[in-house]
Formats: sequence, C-alpha cells, structure tokens
Amino acid sequence: MFVIKCPYCGERDQTEFVCHGEAHIARPETPAEISDEDWGNYLFFRSNPKGIHYERWTHDHGCRRWFNVMRDTVSDKIIKTYKMGEPKPEIENE
Amino acid sequence: MSNQNRTFSGGVIDRNKTINFIFNGKKYKGFQGDTLASALLANDVHLVGRSFKYHRPRGILTAGSEEPNALIQLGIGARTEPNIRATEIELYEGLEAESQNCWPSVDFDIGEANNLLSRLFPAGFYYKTFKWPPSFWLFYEHFIRKAAGLGESPKAKNPDRYEQRFHYCDVMIVGGGVSGLTAALAAARAKCDVLLVDENPYFGGYLSDSSASINGKNISDWIRIVLDELKSYENVKLLKRTSAMGYYDYNYVTALEKVTNHHHELSKTLPRERYWRIRASKIILAQGAFERPLVFADNDRPGIMMASAGKKYLCRYGVLPGKSVVLFTNNDHAYLSAFEFANKGAKVTIVDSRNETSETVMHKCAELKIEIHLSHSIISTFGQKKVNAIEIQKTEDQGNKLIGSSKKIDVDLLLMSGGWNPAVQLFSQSRGKLKYDHNINSFVPDKIIQDQKIIGCNNGNFDLSSNLKNGFQSGLEVARELGKEIDIENPNFMGDETIPFVSVKVEPYMIGKKGITKGSKHFVDFQNDVTAADIFLAQREGYISVEHTKRYTTTGMGTDQGKTSNVNALALMSHIHKKPVDEIGHTTFRPPFSPQTIGAIAGRSIDNLFDPVRKTSMHKWHEENGAIFEDVGQWKRPYYYPKKGEDIHKAVHRECKSVRKSLGILDASTLGKIDLQGPDTFKFLNMLYTNAWSKLEVGSCRYGLMCNEHGMIFDDGVTSRLGENHYHMTTTTGGAARVMSWLEEFLQTEWLDMKVFCTSVTEQWAVLSISGPNARNFLADLTDIDLSKESFPFMKFREGKVCGVDARVFRISFTGELAFEINVPARYGDYVWNEFMNHGKKYNITPYGTEAMHVLRAEKGFIIVGQDTDGSVTPYDLNMDWIVSKKKEDFLGKRSFSRADTSRNDRKKLVGLLVNDKTTVLPEGSHVVEKAKSQPPMKMLGHVSSSYYSPTNDHPIALAMIKDGTSRMGDEVEIPLMNGKIIKATVTDPIFYDKEGLRNNE
Repeated sequence: MFVIKCPYCGERDQTEFVCHGEAHIARPETPAEISDEDWGNYLFFRSNPKGIHYERWTHDHGCRRWFNVMRDTVSDKIIKTYKMGEPKPEIENE
Repeated sequence: MSNQNRTFSGGVIDRNKTINFIFNGKKYKGFQGDTLASALLANDVHLVGRSFKYHRPRGILTAGSEEPNALIQLGIGARTEPNIRATEIELYEGLEAESQNCWPSVDFDIGEANNLLSRLFPAGFYYKTFKWPPSFWLFYEHFIRKAAGLGESPKAKNPDRYEQRFHYCDVMIVGGGVSGLTAALAAARAKCDVLLVDENPYFGGYLSDSSASINGKNISDWIRIVLDELKSYENVKLLKRTSAMGYYDYNYVTALEKVTNHHHELSKTLPRERYWRIRASKIILAQGAFERPLVFADNDRPGIMMASAGKKYLCRYGVLPGKSVVLFTNNDHAYLSAFEFANKGAKVTIVDSRNETSETVMHKCAELKIEIHLSHSIISTFGQKKVNAIEIQKTEDQGNKLIGSSKKIDVDLLLMSGGWNPAVQLFSQSRGKLKYDHNINSFVPDKIIQDQKIIGCNNGNFDLSSNLKNGFQSGLEVARELGKEIDIENPNFMGDETIPFVSVKVEPYMIGKKGITKGSKHFVDFQNDVTAADIFLAQREGYISVEHTKRYTTTGMGTDQGKTSNVNALALMSHIHKKPVDEIGHTTFRPPFSPQTIGAIAGRSIDNLFDPVRKTSMHKWHEENGAIFEDVGQWKRPYYYPKKGEDIHKAVHRECKSVRKSLGILDASTLGKIDLQGPDTFKFLNMLYTNAWSKLEVGSCRYGLMCNEHGMIFDDGVTSRLGENHYHMTTTTGGAARVMSWLEEFLQTEWLDMKVFCTSVTEQWAVLSISGPNARNFLADLTDIDLSKESFPFMKFREGKVCGVDARVFRISFTGELAFEINVPARYGDYVWNEFMNHGKKYNITPYGTEAMHVLRAEKGFIIVGQDTDGSVTPYDLNMDWIVSKKKEDFLGKRSFSRADTSRNDRKKLVGLLVNDKTTVLPEGSHVVEKAKSQPPMKMLGHVSSSYYSPTNDHPIALAMIKDGTSRMGDEVEIPLMNGKIIKATVTDPIFYDKEGLRNNE
C-alpha cells in the first residue's frame, strides 16, 4: 500500500485516494472536427509503460482534489506528485 | 500414568499450576506454560493426526509456527477452528481439541487404505485420472471435495470479537530473538518509536531456553535484563503472540495479535484477536531461521522430529519425548540437542552423513558416551504408529552410494537436522532478492528493496557474537537515518553458543534401500504428502520450472506454505537437473506468513457496521406506519406501506389508485442534490447535459440527461435556476456520488478556468413529493406561495413558507399528475411530513413507496437510469431526440453520437409491450424474440426492462429495449419464459397513460 503525498494535504495512506488512470490526456478542443479514429484514441487508448507512468489521482477521503502522480510501475516508487495544470515533469536520467 | 515423559526439573513451565484438557475425547493434564504439543508429548501421545493424501500416522515434527503435521481442530461449537498447529496452541484450562483427517479415529483410520494403494496416487494423480470424460467432472468433484481439506469450519456464527488497529512508528522490528532485542535496545536508547513483535508468547526466540551465554551471563538472565530496560521506555511497544503476516509497499506491514486465544472464556473487554496495520519508517527483520528436515526413507513416522524441536521440548517444557534417541544430522550444530538428551539420561546414538566432524563434538560425545556413526545414512525406519527402530548403512560418494551391510537400532525418538533455512518469507514479500548460499545450502537475503534491514540468522549469519553486534548496530543506523542525534556506543555483547551452526557439507536428501525414486516414501513435504519420488516424476513429465513442480506435486502448498519443505524440494530439483540451485530459482512468497482468521481481517466491519445505513428525516414515521423498506444504495427507502391484510400487490394497487384519484405523498429526500454556484454555471451545464441551458430563466426547472463521453446515458434529473448564478441539480438516488465526482473531474482537470463551485446538499434537504389531482388544493392551505396555474406553472420553482417552515417548492412530476416537490431543511422534514399527514386526511392523503412510484412512472413511459438503461443506451435509443440539442457545438458525449455504431438505424429502442393475454406480468429481464423455438439458441431482439401490473389501465404493462423497435409498432413478438411458457405480446408506444401530458399541467 503506497504512501502518497497529496499536494494539498501531505503524505497519506493510499486508502484515502482513488486512481483514475493515465494523466495528460486532454479532451480535444473541437471534437466535432476530429476523425473517428482520433476520437477513439482519446476515449480508449492508453499507454501501459514498464517504467515511468503519469497518472491522475483524487484525494477522495480528504480534500477531494485531483492531482497528478509520476510513478515508476516497476518499483512502484512515486517520484513526484503535482497539481493539475502543472507541466509534466521530465524523466531525469540516472 | 500422567506426564510420564516429564523431567523432574527444568523448563519454564509452572509445575504448580496443573491444567486439565481433552484431546480426542480423553482427559489429560499439563502445566501452565505448556503448548498442546508439549503437553501431549509429556503424556507420551505422539500420534496426533493423519496425513492429507495417504492418511499416514503423523506426529509432532517441530515446536513452532512451521509445523506441517500436528494440525488440530481446536475448540467446539461456534468457536471451533480447524488446522491449528498444536505447537502454537497455548494450553488453557478446559481446552478441547481433536485430530483431523481421520475416521473413525486417529488410531484406526479407514483412509489409511490410501497408503497401501499409494503406488496408484503419484503426483498429478487427480489431473490424470479425473479428466475424462469431461462431463464426468461434476460426478468426480463430489467425492474429491469430500476427501479434500483437513479440518472443519464452524457451522454457527463465530461469537468472538475481532479488532483492528493502525500503528505508525519509527522502527518496527519483526522477531524478538536476541538479534531483534539488541536492535530494539539500540533504537530505543536513541529515542526512536519502536515496535517489537514476536509470534511466541515470550521474547528471546530460539536461544531463550538454550545453554548459550552472553557476556558471561546465562542467556535467560540477559534476556530478562534487556526486556526490563525496553519496558522502561515510553517509546517502546512490545507485542507478544503477534505474527507479522504481510509486508507490502512503503513499509506497510500487517500483523495478527492473538489477544485472548489462549483463554477458555469469551472476554467481555478484550477482543479475541487484533489485526494491526502498521506503517513504519524503518523495518528491521529478525525472524531467525527454520530447521530443515532430512529426506530419507519413511522419515515421517510419529516420534521423528526436528533436533531443535526435541531440544525445545526438553529444555523449555521439561519433556523428554524419548529415552532411546538417535540423532540423524549433516551438521555439528545439531549435536547440541544430542548432548541435552544425554545429559538428561537418554541413551543417544548419532548417525552423521558426513565423513568427519569437529574435534569439539567428538570430544564431547566421548565424554557423554554417545556412539557416532560417520558416513552413515538411515535407509529405513520401523513402527506403525510410532517409530521403534531404524536401519542404518555406511555410504560413500557423498552419500550417493550404500556400501557394506545394514544395521538395525531400536529407538523411541529420532531427531533429525539438515541445517537451517533463514525465514525469508517476509523479506521476499517486501520484494527483497534472494541468493543461494552454498555454505549452508539455503537461500539468504541478497538485495534489499525497501527501507529495511535484515539481521541475525534471518540474514544467513549464525554467529552469535557478530549477530549481537550487528543487531545493535542496525538499531543505531536506523536511528541515525531517521535524524536522531545519538551518541551511543555499541556494547559489543559477546555471545557463547558452544557449537555454532557453520555449514552443511552434504545435501539434505539420502538414498534408501530402494533408492530414492522407486516409490519409496522419502517425504519432502509432510503436509501435502509429497515424496522425493514425486519430485522426480514431475521432472520426468516435463514440469521442470519450480512453479510447475510446485503446482504439479503440491509441494510448498497448504497451511505451512513449505516452511520446512521448499529448500529440500529445490535441492532435489538441482540434483536431478545437475544445475546449481541458483539456476533452479524459487517460488514466490506471498502473504500471509501464517494462516490467519478472516474474522481478524474483517474486524468490526460486520453486520450493521459492514456498510453505513442512511435514513431520511422521516424514517421514524415510515417505521411507525408499517413501511416495508428497500435498500437503494446505502439508503433505506419505503418500498410500500401495507395495510392490514394487504400483500405487496394490493398495497401498491391502492397506493397508485390514490395518487391518480386524489393525493399521494412520497419521501423523495434520497434524491441526490447538488448546489451549483458561479458565473460559469450555465456554461458548465451546457457541457454536462445534452440539452441547452442558456435560456433557462430564474425560477424555472428543466429535465436533463447526462451522457458520458461514449454518448451513453449515465444519469438524469431536474436542475432549477434559483438565482442569477445559482442552480440546484438533482440526480438519481444511487448516482449522487458518481455525478458529484463527474462534475469535479471536469472542473478540476479539464475546465480549470470555469468559475463554478459544487456542493453536495443531498442530506441538507428533506423532500416531500405530493402528487395527484388534489395536490394544489391540499398545499394551498399550508403555504403562502400563490399556487395558481398562472403564477406557478409546471416546471417552475418558488420559495416561501410551508407549514411555517422556509421551503423551496418545485413544480415537477414523476407520476404524470399535478405534483409539487417541497424541499425543507432536513431538520424540519419529520415535522412537515406529520403536518401533511394530519391536514391531508380530507383528501385521503396516501403515502406511497418506491414500488408504486415505479409503476406510476412506467405508466407514463418515464425511464429509470440503471433499470431501463444499462450503460449502452443513448438518448436516441430512448426516442428522446428532443432532448439532444442540435445547436450546441459541443457537450459531453456529443461526438460519440456520430460514430458508426451509435448512429446506425437498427439499434435497440425503447418500446412498450402489451401482453396479448392481458394478465401475464412479464418477468423483468425476459428475452424478447420474434418467434420462439422449443429451446435456445434463439435470435434475441432485446429484453424487458420494466414490467408491472398497471392499476390505472387494469392490465399489465412493460417497457422493453427492442432491436429496431420504432419500426415494429403493432408487431407481435414472443417472450419465452424460464418455465417453458411462451407469452405473446404486441409492440406499442411506451406511454400508457395521458399521452398528451395534460394532467401534470393542470
């Protein structure tokens, strides 16, 4: 069970949070103008990386705020949490 | 004779406190401090159970949590518990226990026939035998299930209480042996918050009853002094009888504390078990090691036990389980057990598979007149219900070849030791990587992944002095890592354990008279009856991966999860494949470390505390007036209100009629309510709902459908504009939380610039929905709001006083009648409801429940999201094209309406169904077909989504989702029922009453 640092409340147990899948999938600004395929990609297609994954979480049993988490899916290490609207953190080369 | 195997003195039992207990119906006596196992051995009871597959007589193998054999049915009635290890059961007055897996008794067990037929039951027997023909599986299963399992679960509800606790600490130390104690000491002196847990009812671990010494002090004195110091610190918590069960990410550990398991009576104040959920900044693992059995022919008879276990029974419990003792070993350390037995007057012989041993032990053996047979192996054992003789023979070529002639020795106790395996279960669960240590022939920790240290024998180091030093050092290190300012010196305790465990030179499996593969009973896994021959067979048949070997042979499964068997099985595989064990690998360790009760995992979250129950302000009135309740989400809603002699049909019939004729009242408080405020709210609503919201005036209400981005309906409700930038949204009862999250998701992740604030106000308002031709006449007497048709038309909202209480009144209708929804602050709900009931008598005001509500709305063809829709239905599928704005450029779900699948013409559409016989109420969920066949498969057109007897129409009505339904109007379809009957029905419009919608506009 993870310990997640909510950008608003600080470190809490994972049981207080809900994960909502991949982050940085913006809703198309003009859906009417895009192809079925592009719309399908927005709706259904997600990356499934072995390594760094950016994902959306909510602090449901807390402040109820949404935020993003940068997590290594191999080690389950949470590298960074950041607020919505903040840019995607770069992967630092070790 | 009682306690005939008890020594005259020694041990830590309290010989002044006699305890009476019953085993297999017979009365025995033991002492305070005994385990069930030690008390049975004291009374010379060796045969305690039957093995799983062959029903072979089995005794007590170990003295701890690794026990594979002595599994006991403990307690009686509702508190009985199966598969409990006799070696862990603390004796209490009145204890009752029974052997398992035997019938009619452990002494005479019919199932033992399996043993004689064992050649027919090799590994994979079930897979090979019960496969064909496939249709026979159900027949086989009945018998296999009967033979499977060991003990029996209780038939009645467990009356015990289980509790859970969360715990956060700086340092958690798992294992209270001498390594764990020194680590705790250092961390405690450095002012860390320390939690030390040990599965035993005492601290000190393996050495606590040994003759070892520390700094010249007797070890038990040293342990007492350390414990006294630890207990004096407020920052230290010591938990005995507590097993760490699971080690998860981020140093999260679950542990099970047995609080009152060792008491006979139910405690009024204490739980039976306490389940700890622990998060520690640092974890130190100090779980020690398990002694490894030797794999030789017939090594499973009662009276054969681990050397360390024998020593423990003798030194801790004052029990001499045998007087003619043979020790079979491949290492020096086990000689300690032999010496203890010789010291207590037993005749001891040693069979050592190695060709030499150390000077020290040779010398000591000579002193104690112990006979040693070097380069010898036990090639068979004798004795049906207890070992009475063994046969030994000289070996060469590292024990792989027998030479010379054999010799028989009479024994009544056989001790064995194949070395020690570090207890790496938790370490491995924490993702730690293991490596094989060829010096001790076992897996030891290699790479640590989490914020953790592993010390002592658990780390594969068996030298006492360095373990004491490293233990303390690790405590200091974690304190330093935690930022504690410390200036503490390592006392560098010096330990003396006369013969330390250094290495094993010979692999722990031994050839027998018939060799090792030819059906001989060299047991590898005692609990699952897996023999060396089974491991060979699995390899021959191609199950050469460790994971396959495990599943094919079942080695390492069961309640002990291979604590004594895993390494031997791997060593055998290594031998067969002529590959080092490193390359064979090991299976995955998973929680829990030991079996644990489900009760503890559930804790207090059972019965009424399983899930919250939500009640409206008027709940008491409903209860007092005989309402039958229905669960809607967590809410309790009145289902119907039967009068004397009424069943559900009669009550619902009456309730519906009253609404249509005069006046009904519904408690609608459970509807989800969300308060929306902010200048961008209408823009936001325009994106959420399929219809347009820009022109909604203050004081008006509008019905809306919400779709997800796939274009599928997921909620509906009425939203009203209370003020310039203030809206009141209602949702379905079950969908309230989902809709709230949906709104927040878009406001917080997609449209961060929109100025809208959402507040859930579901529980702030009590809602009384009054409905029927007399609704206006009735309400007019109780309010200052002008209710006339002109000033308060349909789909409008007004504020005012109702029964003297500030109220929001919405003129909306779910029944199709003239209706008002009166919202009052929740605390006045009960008052206003009672006032309504009193004043409504002249209109025969009739409370109605959810069932009548469903009937009334179905008569009007109004859908219920989640009943008539199922997540695959668009507004067009419901013929609700009118609610989808053509003008709006974008709203959630819009883009998906033009997908090929959502825009095709022959999708399932909402229609009405009228049965031709005018009497059958179709079961909801029934399949609709064009022409029924005598049996499936039949081509399905759709299904019945809602179906009731309509009191208004005086015949059954149904709603259905039918393929291309709109072009089938007037067609006849068939509905085959489960009972074989076929019902004919006609496809109709889904509105069965007041098609023009005049009544709600009255």
